Amino acid sequence: MKYNEKSLGKAFTSNKFDSSRTTILVGMGTCGVAAGAKTTFDDFKTQLGSLGILEKIDLKGTGCLGLCYSEPTVEIREPGKDPVIYGNVKTREVEKIVNEHLVQNTPVESLTFPYPGKDCFQDKKDSDLQYRIVTRNCGFIDPDSLDEYIGRQGYAGLSKAIFSMTPDDVINELKDAGIRGRGGAGFPTGIKWSFSKDTDSDQKYIVCNADEGDPGAYMDRSVLEGDPHSVLEAMAIAGYTVGANQGYIYIRAEYPLAIERLNRAIDHAKEVGLLGEGILGSDFSFDIELRLGAGAFVCGEETALLASIEGKRGMPVPRPPFPAVKGLWGKPTVINNVETYSNIPMIVLKGGSWYSSIGTEGSKGTKVFAVTGKVKQSGLIEVPMGTSLRDIVFNICGGIKGDKTFKAAQTGGPSGGCIVPQFLDTPIDYESLKNIGSMMGSGGMIIMDEDDCMVDVTKFYLEFTVDESCGKCAPCRIGGRTCYNILEKVSKGTATKKDIQSLKDIGKAMSRASLCGLGQTAPNPFMSTLKYFEEEYLAHIEDKVCPAGKCKEMITFTITEDCSGCIACSKFCPVDAISGEKKGQHSIDQDRCIKCGRCVEVCKKDAVLRA
Amino acid sequence: MTTNLTEELIEFINRWKDKPGNLIMVLHRVQEHFGFIPRATAFEVANLLDVPIAKIYGVITFYHLFKLQKPGRHQISVCMGTACYLLEAEDLLLELERRLGIGVNCTTDDGEFSIEAVRCIGCCGLAPVMTIDGEVYANVKKSQLPKILAKVKKMVKTA
Repeated sequence: MKYNEKSLGKAFTSNKFDSSRTTILVGMGTCGVAAGAKTTFDDFKTQLGSLGILEKIDLKGTGCLGLCYSEPTVEIREPGKDPVIYGNVKTREVEKIVNEHLVQNTPVESLTFPYPGKDCFQDKKDSDLQYRIVTRNCGFIDPDSLDEYIGRQGYAGLSKAIFSMTPDDVINELKDAGIRGRGGAGFPTGIKWSFSKDTDSDQKYIVCNADEGDPGAYMDRSVLEGDPHSVLEAMAIAGYTVGANQGYIYIRAEYPLAIERLNRAIDHAKEVGLLGEGILGSDFSFDIELRLGAGAFVCGEETALLASIEGKRGMPVPRPPFPAVKGLWGKPTVINNVETYSNIPMIVLKGGSWYSSIGTEGSKGTKVFAVTGKVKQSGLIEVPMGTSLRDIVFNICGGIKGDKTFKAAQTGGPSGGCIVPQFLDTPIDYESLKNIGSMMGSGGMIIMDEDDCMVDVTKFYLEFTVDESCGKCAPCRIGGRTCYNILEKVSKGTATKKDIQSLKDIGKAMSRASLCGLGQTAPNPFMSTLKYFEEEYLAHIEDKVCPAGKCKEMITFTITEDCSGCIACSKFCPVDAISGEKKGQHSIDQDRCIKCGRCVEVCKKDAVLRA
Repeated sequence: MTTNLTEELIEFINRWKDKPGNLIMVLHRVQEHFGFIPRATAFEVANLLDVPIAKIYGVITFYHLFKLQKPGRHQISVCMGTACYLLEAEDLLLELERRLGIGVNCTTDDGEFSIEAVRCIGCCGLAPVMTIDGEVYANVKKSQLPKILAKVKKMVKTA
């Protein structure tokens, strides 16, 4: 059976979530599965089965709710009650939840977690910290079920666009919404689409950038695994708007589960006439294919991404011409990332003014952040633009692990910078982050505490960009390597103050002269840390000390008088740097020591000092 | 010339032959089959797709994922994304190197294990993570490694 406008309209109601039945939702994204969600799911099945109540309960696997710190997570929805979320649900917890919650009707308070936030089908209150537009369906629907997606107004935006809007209407709606690209640069989506629409061509393309390369960001994976149809629908809307009939999703090969679910979603949508020839009985046709990335960060840059889809080495080319005018195989191409697309169906459906009512003056809507590192509750969160870092770190994510001191939040990955404590209350949006020397980026947010060395982290990012530089232009290829070498000198204590100035000079040159975004932004991590943590660099250079105790070259291991002479350390030392008689005081030969730290681990008396 | 390609692979290549931008997809399929891209196969792909071998070599060496050497039967990939790095993933890597007696991107003499460091696999909330043959191990501690390796080795024996 193929849907048309009318039958799809009916399906919105008939496919609606059946709230008269008890439903158990088990988060089965990559994170959930890694934490053992498959076993959790099977445990529920057996337990409910043995009690004979499996028939009365809907047990479903869904995408991820974003509560990564408490995987496997389970949500229980009962008619007339607020949903309850359980975290860290393993076999024993399943038994408890089934017996106490489902049989005796008393939720297991000790295992519950707070609900992460309302979705855009509910009204937002001012007190709600989170609001879910992009992740509206993640963790709620079965990602493999097209019916459930439709039951959440799925493909309603596409249907509305095709049957009651002109392409210009769609673009105006996007312009009203004020949505900007979520891939990092923040270019207004409506304007991008209008460039493509206004270019005459026999063939145009729609491309989805799902090559989430920023180490530390995984919201795109989560959306693709939890709600693949939202991206397909948005791409079809884009196709209708600019006059394209072919779409490509360029996705990382490292995301096998997302690829599997996308392929299934595309097949399903084609079967029922929501993709392919004559969508919903109209004369608009649109097809989508996947193209796999192969591990190249530079392919997040749009011209490099297009080269890669064309089957070539992913080398960027200078812009203009922009891909919107001259892109894939020389044809006008709209490129947006997963998160941007996922917003589109809701904007078309609920209107641009609804969307622009959320967020700040220059940045509308919500942003998904992957908050990781040293926070208590790491995971994916979706907050309105303009939320402060304090709200994110301390109110949503529970503060710093071990109640240590917050040192910095790194946003924008290898292209970004850090936000220091003095800016905890700055509302986060595109402009404010730029002003304080960081950037929005794709939404990775790494929280660091007092134990993290800024030189070490910066070196980590530089190593990444140096490795990922495609080598086409000299500023990025040579500048990046030179800066990395300097940073290595700093971390070894062999740098001089002059090197700091060189870093700044080369950084400036790289950001001005590099061909593409990778090289232009590669200096950001050290430019930003030099600005806020110069004294830490100086401690490495002048005092030869790493204040956080991270830089290996600057640590020394010594054995104190607590040594009982058990010879454990000398046995385990891989380079025989430890000597001493049995039952006598041991000592470490500093010239031989490779600072591996094995001695600290094996010492039962805590007699090895690391300083 | 005897062929390395199975019928299924040849069928796959023929299906993609006329699609523009097919090379990377074909290489993925070849690597999925062999675990790497054997030299002889690269030549055959060049023939079948009618592209110069130099171009294929260029593409293989540009992308991190494509391998020219045969990896171990069990591939251990330690995530070195930012979150994992901050939570001491490097120590895991060093410990694995020590236990297996090989370096990163190397294979043990018996061909059982190879180690690689990979970019973010998107499980930052469970950092540090590593994968063995695609299965994700979350919140890995150095002290758990012997047990994990033993488990995988055991699977080798029974398999």
